[in-house]
Amino acid sequence: MDCRIIVVTSGKGGVGKTTTTANLAASLAKDGHKVAAIDGDVGLRNLDVIMGLENRIVYTLVDVVEGTCRLNQALIKDKRIDNLFLIPTAQSRTKDSVSAEQMLALCAELRKDFDFVLIDSPAGIEAGFHNSAIGADEAIVIVTPEVSAVRDADRIIGLLESMEKAPIRLIINRIKPDMVTRGEMLDVQDVLDILAVDLLGIVPDDESIVTSANKGEPLVLGSTSKAAKAYSNIAKRVAGEEVPIMNLFSDSKGFFSWLFGKKK
Amino acid sequence: MLDFVSKFFKLERSKNVAKERLQLVLIHDRNDISPEILNSLKVEMIATIKKYLEIDEAGIEIELDRADRSVALVANIPLKNINRRTRGRSKRV
Repeated sequence: MDCRIIVVTSGKGGVGKTTTTANLAASLAKDGHKVAAIDGDVGLRNLDVIMGLENRIVYTLVDVVEGTCRLNQALIKDKRIDNLFLIPTAQSRTKDSVSAEQMLALCAELRKDFDFVLIDSPAGIEAGFHNSAIGADEAIVIVTPEVSAVRDADRIIGLLESMEKAPIRLIINRIKPDMVTRGEMLDVQDVLDILAVDLLGIVPDDESIVTSANKGEPLVLGSTSKAAKAYSNIAKRVAGEEVPIMNLFSDSKGFFSWLFGKKK
Repeated sequence: MLDFVSKFFKLERSKNVAKERLQLVLIHDRNDISPEILNSLKVEMIATIKKYLEIDEAGIEIELDRADRSVALVANIPLKNINRRTRGRSKRV
């Protein structure tokens, strides 16, 4: 199988890039794919703690690109899920520590060994974003149903289009179904109307995201929450399976949620 | 029922406000055309067209319109009647 390299990005910070990268990587690995997750946020290391692998870091992305270690030495193997690997980033270095050429070379190297490489991009549209996106074939854009996040997502989608990433697909994160039902939050169709890209999935706002991050356990390791199910569905869609978009609106809300919550 | 009526007619629900504001702001984000530039363009376009055609200036609409991920300049310029002076002989501009 050909390797697919996917950048997970958003423009705005704090919308769930790292959580999404960790959970999609874990779900894809659990489904039998060999996956490498790369923390692209040099200087602000986070993917390691979300994945619960922070105590096993010896070498980092910067060590690999500088030739201080071999690629295999920086790949941390997750002991809970077969086929899941993390390349952590350096915490005490700056964004200038990695160049675009180095990222391209690293991606070419990883392509030989993995089914999926997921790159967790930093927020913003500067060098860190470019380096994270440059070696990727396709992109997943994370957005929340808020004006600032949607505006930034639009900007990032424009940049990804100019970098010829395809497909560029959207995950709408932190949806609060009751607010959508009341007409006080942009719904899925509103966001799609505005951004005009394909929808990869939706994730409800869910406490299990916080508790799983607290413990450093990806949701796929056993949570039965809606968010866990949402990420598992999205991972299957990434791998090419047809899985219907989750219904976040329970039937008890009935007619109004049907009418106002989801137009499609 | 009251709930239904209020939901149906209250278009100022905050999500509608959000959607409208985003659609407007993104038109300008997606190309770097400020309202001032658009206005100068409008004035010059009208001046040019007036040399050839009799137009209804009050009815002119020139605006940026978004379609999917692209933005189009849409001009709606009602004509009064084709200016006879332009028929038969070319007018030096």
